[in-house]
Amino acid sequence: MAAVATLVLLMPLVGFLLVLLNGSFLKEKQVGYLGTGVVAVSFILTVAAFFMLLGDSSREVTVNLFSWISVGTLHVPAALLVDPLSITMCLFVTGISALIHLYSIGYMHGERDFRKFFLYLNLFVFSMLLLVLANNLVLTFVGWEGVGLCSYWLVSFYFDRDKAASAGKKAFIYNRVGDVGMLIAMFLLFSRTGTLTYLSVFARAGILTPTVATLVVLSLLLGATGKSAQIPLFNWLPDAMEGPTPVSALIHAATTVTAGVYLLCRMSPILALSVPGRTTIAIVGGVTAFVAATIACSQKDIKKVLAFSTISQIGYMVLAVGVGAYSAAIFLMICHAFFKALLFLGSGSVIHSLNGEQDLRKMGGLQKYLPLTFPTFLIGWLTISGVPPFAAFWSKGDILTNVFEYSKLLWILGVLTALLTAYYMSRLFVLTFRGNERFREVTSGHDPHESPWVMTAPLVVLAALSIVGGILGLPWIHHDSLSGFLNPTFGLIPALGHASGLSQVGLAVVDAAVAVLGIMAAVSIWSRGAEQPRYESSFLENVWHWDDFYDATIGRPLTLASQFGDDVIEPNIIDGAVTGVAVSVRRSADGLRKIQSGFVRHYALATVLGLAVIVVYLVARVG
Amino acid sequence: MNVPAAWYLVLAAVLFGVGAFGFLTKRSALIMFMCVELMLNAVNLTFVTFARTLSDVGGQATVFFVMVVAAAEVTVGLGIVVAVFRRRSSTSVDELSEMKG
Repeated sequence: MAAVATLVLLMPLVGFLLVLLNGSFLKEKQVGYLGTGVVAVSFILTVAAFFMLLGDSSREVTVNLFSWISVGTLHVPAALLVDPLSITMCLFVTGISALIHLYSIGYMHGERDFRKFFLYLNLFVFSMLLLVLANNLVLTFVGWEGVGLCSYWLVSFYFDRDKAASAGKKAFIYNRVGDVGMLIAMFLLFSRTGTLTYLSVFARAGILTPTVATLVVLSLLLGATGKSAQIPLFNWLPDAMEGPTPVSALIHAATTVTAGVYLLCRMSPILALSVPGRTTIAIVGGVTAFVAATIACSQKDIKKVLAFSTISQIGYMVLAVGVGAYSAAIFLMICHAFFKALLFLGSGSVIHSLNGEQDLRKMGGLQKYLPLTFPTFLIGWLTISGVPPFAAFWSKGDILTNVFEYSKLLWILGVLTALLTAYYMSRLFVLTFRGNERFREVTSGHDPHESPWVMTAPLVVLAALSIVGGILGLPWIHHDSLSGFLNPTFGLIPALGHASGLSQVGLAVVDAAVAVLGIMAAVSIWSRGAEQPRYESSFLENVWHWDDFYDATIGRPLTLASQFGDDVIEPNIIDGAVTGVAVSVRRSADGLRKIQSGFVRHYALATVLGLAVIVVYLVARVG
Repeated sequence: MNVPAAWYLVLAAVLFGVGAFGFLTKRSALIMFMCVELMLNAVNLTFVTFARTLSDVGGQATVFFVMVVAAAEVTVGLGIVVAVFRRRSSTSVDELSEMKG
């Protein structure tokens, strides 16, 4: 078990190092298949570790690698924790990542920095696995930062484009703000419990006072909002669309954005101690889900729509965490990984076929040109819209049922979000694949072409997973459902009281009805044409002016302060001090230089007079 | 005949005064050199005088050092004076004021 778990973690690192050291000797294809291969091996090993864990009676294995930091009372081992939560995360992280790697071979074909791309991808997967598998907060933080760094590199992959470069910086800075939260949480936990290893922290969680617990939870939430793109730190994710499409798929489906939700789930025993903390999490999640869904309704860029839908879906997961339905959050996370990877890779295939065009208004009628992308995208669309029996219907329903028990208000928000989700995804689908052909000018009159098999094969696999993902909720792991498998990991809060069978059915019917309603509304509006200004508010298109708000409250004051420093402080105070010293030295020197006449006899006279003074002094003293 | 020590000291003081006056008033580097030598030897005379009066040979030994240093100094100094004279056909020190502030 120890060896397998270590290898799961190390395989992507091996791939990274091999490409790093030999990249220039390898052909493009070799680099691609090597990068994909190591992640695929990692996935197979994870499956093996999963079955080993099932056989393990405690279902909690700590793999000690070496002692990493040992200073005073702080002992941080480099150790892995293999338990139901981490193994579940690893399964879909490695699985989806392997598919995205395979897809990238086709998508990035012929790009200038092909090798560098795979280098980053492998390091990205390694960081994510480190984050998930670490048995203490410090090691998780290393992975956390690694994920942030790789996001930055990959988002600004086309760094010679201004927009991509600044999008990378934006992602990095937003993540830094969140990191502060995570650091504060770590400091608080260490100062109170004296350890940062998850299991020890949880064992000593009882000594935390409610105030401290709430502070820790809120700090963790800040960290999670940065990484998982929640209000107030969600703006970086739409900009991250500047990266290549497989990167978007990786960030949105398998890695970065799930990290925040994972952290909250991992820290659930601490969350259990703070009711206000959990309420805040639930509200942040619910509001983010709704706000992002409204924004997605008016976006014109196919990837931007998907980006906001990710924020919205992650909002559902955070909402689920807030109401204590951790396993429901993980359930949706897995299903989301399936269908969001599918949608992103599908949109990548569409963009690929249209020579890089991303504007929905320049698509349409692609149905007959993309024989494989179309049906798989269709499945992705139906899944995310929440149509039964696809995966999201079950996982989203699971969350909404839990939320219904917790708060009716948040439930209404969730259902509205579901309606909007069905609406904007149908809008995206109709504008892309149906209606009249508006792409002739971007393809210069040619017919769009279907992508190569390395790109369509992952689509087929992901479509299949999206269809059947719902069965994860059924009892299949040794007569246990996914939630039964995961629950021992979580610090559960007292049950809310389970919804009766009848109300569960009722809620499911509402979900399905809402999905169908949203789809019908969108189809009837958007089948008429690509330009419907009445339904595309500029307020929504401009992201509720959220960026402008930050610009006005943080960006501009900082710019003004810097300008003030440049105009006033720098020339007057800093430069003033420096030139002041120089000027005073020169002034005093101007006085003193008159003494240096250049006549020898003046110097001699000075010597004689000086001597005379000394003699007079000595004589006077003696006398 | 036993000359009192005070006479030697007065002579030395007069010699030193003449040297100092000449050094301060003359412009020719050569004359100034001679004045410096005059002052040095005036000091030497006091050393010797006190050496005899106090019966301490240290004073006489110091005189030898002063003479050696003076000889070395003259060698270097005259070399400089010759070099300056070659360049400007004059040994007036008032013209050597390039280094003034």
